[in-house]
Amino acid sequence: MAVDPPENHASIWRPALTLALLAMLGTALLAGVAQWTQPRIAEQERRAMLAQLEALVPAGRHDNAMHDDSFSFLASDGLFAGQTITVYRARLGDQPAAVVLKLAAPDGYNGDIDLLVGIDASGTLTGVRVTSHRETPGLGGQIDSARSDWLLGFTGRSLRNPPPAGWRVRKDGGVFDQFTGATITPRAVVNAVRVAQELFTLRRDEWFAHPGDASGPDESEPHLSELGESDQAKPGAEKR
Amino acid sequence: MTPSYRQILVDGVWVQNTGLVVLLGFCPLLAVTGTVITGLGLGLATLLTVVCTNLIVSLSRGLLRHEIRILVYVLIIATVVTAIQLVVEAWWYDLYLALGIFIPLIVTNCAITMRAETFASRHPPFAALLDGFATGLGFLLTLVLLGALRELAGHGTLLRDASLLFGAWGEGLQVTVLPGEQGFLLAILPPGAFISLGLLIAGRNWLAGRSSVQRTPDTHRDTAAEPSQERA
Repeated sequence: MAVDPPENHASIWRPALTLALLAMLGTALLAGVAQWTQPRIAEQERRAMLAQLEALVPAGRHDNAMHDDSFSFLASDGLFAGQTITVYRARLGDQPAAVVLKLAAPDGYNGDIDLLVGIDASGTLTGVRVTSHRETPGLGGQIDSARSDWLLGFTGRSLRNPPPAGWRVRKDGGVFDQFTGATITPRAVVNAVRVAQELFTLRRDEWFAHPGDASGPDESEPHLSELGESDQAKPGAEKR
Repeated sequence: MTPSYRQILVDGVWVQNTGLVVLLGFCPLLAVTGTVITGLGLGLATLLTVVCTNLIVSLSRGLLRHEIRILVYVLIIATVVTAIQLVVEAWWYDLYLALGIFIPLIVTNCAITMRAETFASRHPPFAALLDGFATGLGFLLTLVLLGALRELAGHGTLLRDASLLFGAWGEGLQVTVLPGEQGFLLAILPPGAFISLGLLIAGRNWLAGRSSVQRTPDTHRDTAAEPSQERA
């Protein structure tokens, strides 16, 4: 093992240059690997999303590519204010079959709980999935569908079953179980699912009629808020 | 100067086991060992990383000036880890989601820099490669053992979610050892990780103590021929 003897200051340039060259080499290598893996990664992401959508709306109940038949909008008020909500639409022939909403319950014990909420055309829940959360493992973490069946309790329910007043955890007088030692997490999810259904009831027709966006959320925003405003403005206008 | 190949393997897996003796790389060790499969996944990624970095460092020994060597090691390790991360994301996407931040964090596993500095930079490529393999294997075995302990206590199963690593083929691999087990919550939480690791270290020390009593002359020679442990 030979340690170099100390040299004069001019020699700082050589190691600096070596480092710069090596950094460039490393960057070039990684750019190559990224280029090589990029299509596969994109496909994996697409497939993972598709698998989740298919789990909520089984293939027999729709015949379109749900993943591509979607649009996003920015929620301006209410529980989901500030969130970009994505709406995936399932259709059978030309008929609306169901939507899957991608949104987050903002008031979990430890931040957002990302949800997929499937609602069929008649307003009945086809299922609820948690896609990511940071709840305490073993307590609130039980919302993970891999760990408990609690989420399955939503399937088949709607705002008529139970009526809106029942959309609470038992502790608050509703019909949904909380977990031992964890009430905040289930409360947040139950509340988010209820509000998601209310949103669906209000916007159902405009969501299915929406042209969809190929290029991202921006395009749909003005269109939706326009519709939303005109809906609310109508009764007032009639009175005048 | 270069120890025998057998010695390198024994050192990396047992005598200087990263997780149980050198006690480096705790962050991933404790964080991803909730199940056997996530432990195995991160273990494999770390194994591959340290094999690659050791080989590259050994090949470039003599070319690097002393002052910048650590910077170059970090550069090499970061490059290798990022490449591995991309490959895992492309081919084992579910595992990538399960391991999350801990694949990029392999970069900060000091055990890898330590092997580069104390071994790979002073020994020929094949020995360095073997050392990387042994170090990685020792770490992997610790991760898997720890994962097994915690999964058994926390879920009553072994090899659950094997499809993360092995795809559809892995779905039938789960073994339910304790049926109807509700799970001992503490085992999956961070304190359980510390307690399980403590038990593992105690178990290893007990085994090591027992074998040294049984074959005193042999181990004596082994310890004498271990300058690398002093340096570490």
